[in-house]
Amino acid sequence: MADILNIGDEQLSSRLFLGTAAYPSLEILRGSIEVSKPSLITVSLRRESASGTGQDFWNIIKEFNIPVLPNTAGCYSAKEAVTTAEMAREIFNTNRIKLEVIGDDYTLQPDPYELLIATEKLIAKGFEVYPYMSDDLVLAQRLVDLGCNILMPWGAPIGSGRGLNNVYALKQLRARFPDKILVVDAGLGAPSHAARAMELGYDACLLNTAVAKAGDPALMAKGFAGAIKAGRDAYLAGIIDKQEHATPSTPLLDKPFWHQKTPLTANRSTVKKLDRIIATQMVK
Amino acid sequence: MENLHKYRDIIMEITLNGSVTHASENVTINELLLSSDYKDKMVAVAINGEFIPKSDHKTHIINDKDEIEIVAPMQGG
Repeated sequence: MADILNIGDEQLSSRLFLGTAAYPSLEILRGSIEVSKPSLITVSLRRESASGTGQDFWNIIKEFNIPVLPNTAGCYSAKEAVTTAEMAREIFNTNRIKLEVIGDDYTLQPDPYELLIATEKLIAKGFEVYPYMSDDLVLAQRLVDLGCNILMPWGAPIGSGRGLNNVYALKQLRARFPDKILVVDAGLGAPSHAARAMELGYDACLLNTAVAKAGDPALMAKGFAGAIKAGRDAYLAGIIDKQEHATPSTPLLDKPFWHQKTPLTANRSTVKKLDRIIATQMVK
Repeated sequence: MENLHKYRDIIMEITLNGSVTHASENVTINELLLSSDYKDKMVAVAINGEFIPKSDHKTHIINDKDEIEIVAPMQGG
């Protein structure tokens, strides 16, 4: 059965959302999209001179017929973000908006207060808000209260490549909002980071810099697409619990010399004792 | 921006995408876009921080000291 992600009216077959900024060239961007087949492509708005190149970029994106997710990158207030979102809706003909309201220049951490103000206004105007947020649980609840069906916590600061800075917080969000669409947005550096996010039960990953700034962006895009698929499969399959001791994977019943006492059985006895000690300490 | 005042006298100072320039009285957004070679380009417009929908471009008159933003699709993450 196909593993489809339903967002609004869209049925997305890939769980990779790919950014389009900072590639060495438009051709390399095109190649990266071709091999990784993202289900959403993020785009932006910038001041356009009469001889600007924005149209060239847009012509390439249109070739793919992939839904776009416009962002409000560079906005520092709710008012700027709302106006930018309105302009994006007119240009890209979509109600989707990746809402970014930056509160700190050094970390590009979102401003939670302005984010909430902008979210409320945009939802009232009919937007489907994809809020770029920190991993704060209370902020997530406030966004859900306002009507967000999607939450996009950061893995780490934008472009940092650090991966998942706070796995505990990301797990909490997944556990507390089981019915919401959760997307790790920003900070991923390696495909293993994306696989980890998907193994935690996240619905998708949004990334840009890790691909655009890689030595071979198209190959890295392909790597991320594979990792996201692998992580998703692992989550759906059910990952085994970690244990403190080894468990033989090969059945031991009727193996030769079965009745002999082996170092293995002795060790397992020791391990069981250790398990009891550890359990006792945990209770304390 | 010379074309902006092809038909009228220059009387207004406006800021277009961060640069100060001049425009004629009673010019509409549509006229501004046409005279500035934005014709047929996919752009959106905000004036003084407020979005102006395309449906209003033919009727919305630009005023003195208006700050106008004209934006187009661009790469984004």
